[in-house]
Amino acid sequence: MVATLDQAFRDEWGRVLATLIGLLGDFELAEEAAQEAFAIAAARWPQEGAPENPRAWLVTTARNRAIDRIRRDRTLAAKTRLLEVPGTAPEHDMDDTTIPDERLELIFTCCHPALALDAQVALTLRTLGGLTTDEIARAFLVPEPTMAKRLVRAKHKIRAAGIPFRVPAPHLLPDRLAAVLAVVYLIFNEGYGGRGELASEAIRLGRALAELMPDEPEVHGLLALMLLNDARRDARFADGELVLLRDQDRSRWDSDQLREGRGRLERALALGGRGPYLVQAALADLHSEERQDWPQIAELYGELARLTGSPVAELNRAVAIAEAGDPEAALALVDTLELDSYPYLHSTRAELLRRLGRDDPAITAYERALELVRSEPERRLLERRAAELRSADGSNARP
Amino acid sequence: MKYMLLIHQADAPTPRDPDAWSKLSEDEQNAVHRDYQAINETAGVTSGLQLQDPETATTVRVENGETLTTDGPFVAVKEAIGGYLIFEADDLDAAIELAARIPAARLGGAVEVRPIAEW
Repeated sequence: MVATLDQAFRDEWGRVLATLIGLLGDFELAEEAAQEAFAIAAARWPQEGAPENPRAWLVTTARNRAIDRIRRDRTLAAKTRLLEVPGTAPEHDMDDTTIPDERLELIFTCCHPALALDAQVALTLRTLGGLTTDEIARAFLVPEPTMAKRLVRAKHKIRAAGIPFRVPAPHLLPDRLAAVLAVVYLIFNEGYGGRGELASEAIRLGRALAELMPDEPEVHGLLALMLLNDARRDARFADGELVLLRDQDRSRWDSDQLREGRGRLERALALGGRGPYLVQAALADLHSEERQDWPQIAELYGELARLTGSPVAELNRAVAIAEAGDPEAALALVDTLELDSYPYLHSTRAELLRRLGRDDPAITAYERALELVRSEPERRLLERRAAELRSADGSNARP
Repeated sequence: MKYMLLIHQADAPTPRDPDAWSKLSEDEQNAVHRDYQAINETAGVTSGLQLQDPETATTVRVENGETLTTDGPFVAVKEAIGGYLIFEADDLDAAIELAARIPAARLGGAVEVRPIAEW
């Protein structure tokens, strides 16, 4: 398949599939029919040229395939909404104005809390993202058959348990939207940790959500957060080593993406938002300023801690307090946190103790952080810091 | 769709355990009665028959043609079903909302929502 066609397919897949699920009322049937239609397009379009309205062509072709299948398998007929609706003659072509955009229904179904979180993530990437089962399996480092089973099981549960294909009622919406945003952010963080294609995919999903729910501040807040962090992705590493924010080469930041992220942040604020994603986006924005406003950063982390009850937010508040000039108060705050198995608690303590000139406890804290840290570049950074302290110690003791 | 809602009492107090029941305030006790009544009167609900305590259960197995009985429920007493009801609803969201209104769910027990097979 030629690359441009491939990209067009990725862009259309979610919309076409969502329309088909709405039409057919059956995930499995819709996915098979969509797959067939995309395969026919891949075979024909390069020779015959793409139709005037590719989306309508794909939906119509897939729907016709599904009807053929239903006719072959009459027991399915009773289960489909399609055959109950008079006047949807399969010969009649659909155009864009009659194709409903049901991606929002689809994402709420995929992120339904009755599904396990890993299934929500896989299903969202498969249906809305258009990733293949194999691509998803590789991204999450599980064998392909395992991922295939996970997807089949999830689709079976949607049908068997009656998970609805619709945008939740207003009284359920806040909780359910939070679940959707959590799935998108989880995909982003998997990508931020190194697998960049997942971060881009999460941003694509975030953009689609912002288009579909333009009045939800947290949707824009999450998109802003992802854009602002992702804009610094290239600068986080130099020669395979992790570079801390203050040492990053700003010329390697993606300025277009930073601008877009700030625009989203402003939109979220204008909508009156004050949710956790918006606050995190505001923090990401403050962090990318040339001169950091540490007192304000500390205040926002305090707000984030109140919103989420997260001790990690408190830990970050401590860092900001230290940067604002009070490492003693920062250390006192860190020592109240119950995060003993969290490597960054210990690396933060180590850094604060080092600044306060308490080298021996600082080395002990670095060692504890090294026991817990999992990423190789982070390990090397901590080892460099600990080694610097040890050699400084040595030179003081034996001049 | 039809769902069976299986109510697991676990630590949720019931009037059959007067010690635990008396730890609830009178308001809380009244709320439990009122909520169960409201659930039974909800459109689409078919109340289940009342079950006696899990301690009164007998578990039966057949091995090599021989019937083996053991005292107590198949699962641990705490995990045993305390009651059930049938709910006919549009979808899982409606069943989850009903399940969340069952007092056992908020008093330390849990409700399992199982779709009923229809052919």
